[in-house]
Amino acid sequence: MIKKKFFQIVFFNFLFIEKVFAGESGGMPQLNPEFWASQIFWLTITFGILYVVLSKLILPKISANLESRKSQISDNIEAADRQRNESEEKLKEYEDIILKSKAEAKNIFNEAREKALKDINSKNEILDKQINEEIKKAEDEINELKKGAPVKINKIAIEMSSEIIKKLIGADVNNSSISAIVDDLFKKDGEKYYGN
Amino acid sequence: MAANPMTQFEVYRIGPEIKVGAFDISFTNASLFMVVSSLAILIIFNLGSKKNSLLPNKLQLLAELSYTFISKMIGDTAGTKARPYFAFIFSLFMFVLFCNMFGMIPYTFTVTSHIIVTFMLAVFIFVGVTIIGFVKHGFGYLKLFVPSGVPAVLLPLIVIIEIISYLSRPVSLSVRLFANMMAGHTMMKVFGGFVISLGVVGGWLPLSFSVALTGLEILVAFLQAYVFAILTCIYLNDALNLHH
Repeated sequence: MIKKKFFQIVFFNFLFIEKVFAGESGGMPQLNPEFWASQIFWLTITFGILYVVLSKLILPKISANLESRKSQISDNIEAADRQRNESEEKLKEYEDIILKSKAEAKNIFNEAREKALKDINSKNEILDKQINEEIKKAEDEINELKKGAPVKINKIAIEMSSEIIKKLIGADVNNSSISAIVDDLFKKDGEKYYGN
Repeated sequence: MAANPMTQFEVYRIGPEIKVGAFDISFTNASLFMVVSSLAILIIFNLGSKKNSLLPNKLQLLAELSYTFISKMIGDTAGTKARPYFAFIFSLFMFVLFCNMFGMIPYTFTVTSHIIVTFMLAVFIFVGVTIIGFVKHGFGYLKLFVPSGVPAVLLPLIVIIEIISYLSRPVSLSVRLFANMMAGHTMMKVFGGFVISLGVVGGWLPLSFSVALTGLEILVAFLQAYVFAILTCIYLNDALNLHH
C-alpha cells in the first residue's frame, strides 16, 4: 500500500515537473510526449488486431479442441465402464451356470447313489431270502434225514446182529427179540450218537 | 554515452514520418516491438490450435495450458460471469507477457516500460470496467463506494477514501507495470555499465549480478503480466458481482 502510494506520488510529480525532466538531456524518455500519439495509435492497432484474431479465430479453436478431447476422454471412460459392467455381468452368469451345474452334478450323483443302494438292498433281500430258503430246505432235509436215521440204523443193527448171531452160533434168532434189545439200547444211548 | 541507462528507453522513428493532423503516428521501434509481440502470440497460438490430436504436441500443449491457466484465473477471481471477457483478458495477459519477455532480449525495446502504453491499457480497462458496472447495476454501482457494516460517523470519510482509491486504479495499475519494467532494465544497464568500466579485473562481480538480475527480471516480467491480468480480473469482479 505504501509502495503504491509512493509510486502514485512519484508519477504525479513526474507529470507536474515533466518539462523540467524533458529539458535535461538525461531525463526519462518515457515522459517525452513526442511519440505518445504514435505509441497510442500503434498500441490500439496491434492490440486491437491481436484481440480480434484471438477472440474470433484462435481461442474458439483451442476451446473446441479442449472440449473435444474432454468429451472423447469421457466417452472412452464411459465405454470402458460399460464394458466392465458387461463383463462383470457375464462373469456372474458364468458363476451362476457353474453353481447350477455343480448342484445338478451333485443331484445326479446322489440319485445314482440312492438308486444303486436301493438296487443293492433289493438284491441283498432277494439273495437273503433265497439263501434263507435254501438253508431252510437243507435244514428240513437234514431234519428228515435225522428223523429217518435211527430207524434205518436200528434196522441195520438188527439185521447185522441176526447175521452175526447166525454165523456165530448157527441158529436163527427171533428178529423181534433182537429189535427189542436194540430199541432198549437206542433209548439208553441214542441221545449220545445222534445229538438231538 | 553508452553508460546512460536511460537511452535504452528512447523511441525513434523507423521509416518515414507519418502525420495525421497534429498527431505524429510514425512507425517507431516501440511500434515494431508491439507488432513483433502480437505476431509472435498469433503465430504460436495459431500453430498451437491448428491440429487437434488426442496427444498434443508441445505447441498445442503450450496453447492449451495457457488457455486453462487464464481460464482458471478468471474463474477464481471473477467467477463465471466474467466468461465473455475471457478473450480480452487472455489477449491482455499475453500481450503484456510477450512485450515484457521480448524486452529481456538484449538490444530490444521494452514496450511496457513506457508509461503511456501501460497507462492507455489501464485507462481502457478502467473505463471499460466502469461502463460494465453501470450497465449491470445502474446507479446501484455507486454502492461500491459505500461498504456495509461501517459506522455512520466514519461513512463520509470511507466513501471519500473509496472514491479516491477507485479513481487511482488506472494510475496504480499502469505505474506498477511501467515502474517495474523500467527499474529492472535500468538496473541491468547500470550493472552492465559497471562491467565495462571495471574491466577484466573487477568486472566479474557486477557481471554475476547482471546474470542474477536477468533471472530475476524474467520472473518479474512474468509476474507483472500476471499481476496486471489478475488486477483486471479483480476490477471486473467488482463491476460484475457487486459485494461491498
